[in-house]
Amino acid sequence: MVEQQARGYWVILSSFLIAYVLAVVPLTGLAAWLRPEWLAVVLIYWAIALPHRVGLATAMLAGLGMDVLEGAVIGQNMLALALVVLLSRLLYQRLRVFSIGQQALTVFFLAGVHQLVCQWIQAVEGAGARSLWFMLPALTSAVFWPLVLMTLRRARRHFEVN
Amino acid sequence: MVVGLLVADLRYSRLETARAFLDTLLIPVHTVADIPAAIGRWQERHLQSRSSLMEDNDHLSLENLVLKGRLQQMASLQANNARLRALLNSSALLRDDVLVAEVIGVAPDPVRHQLLLDKGGSDEVYTGQPMIDADGLMGQVIEVSAFTSRVLLITDATHSVPVQVNRNGVRAVAEGTGSLDLLEVHHVAATTDIVEGDLLVTSGLGQRFPIGYPVATVTRVERDPGQAFARIEARPAAALDRARHVLMVFARGDAVEAGAGG
Repeated sequence: MVEQQARGYWVILSSFLIAYVLAVVPLTGLAAWLRPEWLAVVLIYWAIALPHRVGLATAMLAGLGMDVLEGAVIGQNMLALALVVLLSRLLYQRLRVFSIGQQALTVFFLAGVHQLVCQWIQAVEGAGARSLWFMLPALTSAVFWPLVLMTLRRARRHFEVN
Repeated sequence: MVVGLLVADLRYSRLETARAFLDTLLIPVHTVADIPAAIGRWQERHLQSRSSLMEDNDHLSLENLVLKGRLQQMASLQANNARLRALLNSSALLRDDVLVAEVIGVAPDPVRHQLLLDKGGSDEVYTGQPMIDADGLMGQVIEVSAFTSRVLLITDATHSVPVQVNRNGVRAVAEGTGSLDLLEVHHVAATTDIVEGDLLVTSGLGQRFPIGYPVATVTRVERDPGQAFARIEARPAAALDRARHVLMVFARGDAVEAGAGG
């Protein structure tokens, strides 16, 4: 890790804000079930691209905001996102050389972990059992991964975030 | 640390102030998320044809006339009711004050039936406050921040509301199922007099919801001789997934007596 001047906080921050907005845009019917876990996907990208800057603390802060936005128990998204970022930091050297298909598969698993953790916590909270439909966002997250990757990579290079 | 936070929020509700503060901070996110819908509404308002507006107007004035006609009787009936209740030595029915609120967000998780409203602590909204629309009870406030509040709908799987059958006063509890058009009434003896089409209204028990607001219509009653309880399903009266404007009911101390002195 070379000592570099950290810059472009606002790029990372605004990517989180966009993810927040996308996460609460009202959707109806099937679209609501298919909504990707935008925040998790964005966090995975930053954890892979800038592992020295985006880590557990960022994940937890972002998760705290998400908990409040969703009206979930405080800590639900914090825990899930912390786990996701932890895993992607363990994997980042491998992930960087993966093909985009392999990356999408990994994102599927990571988003699946996120969904499972959220599910467990909601079950503890007493929200009741539900069908396996809750795993659909993991699938759509993987589908949207290439798009997020291209957009964020371009943004990162254009604004020279490092 | 996170587990500690989870337990703190889940068991002791210690984090309410912090949550309310963050909620206020994050209002812009909801506002931005609402922009597409706001554009849709603007179009609806400004790009409507003259003929459809006139049609609407005719329709509304007709409806207004009918409602006013009904209201004439209402006044005398209310006075009558208050007199009879006074004769029976029971307290007069309270009329509730309402506040109009706008829905500015819905819970992103389709299984959680929660709405975000644009009225909060600064409008004296309080936790536990009932919310209705034009057709019936919608839910109750569970979180209040400075300018917004979050409400739990009656169909959420964690929500129950005490009801009674309008026809004969049989008491029951209507529980949410997680499906927007279905409530279930549990633990009603198989011999109880409830039939399809019965209107369930709030019973006022539990001190949370004021008495007499329509909750649901019974759609199915299944009596299995082998079971101690009947299986009863009901459809909520309120338009839970369509309402844009809702009414917050102030049923606490500031309610006024209707037909005082009657």
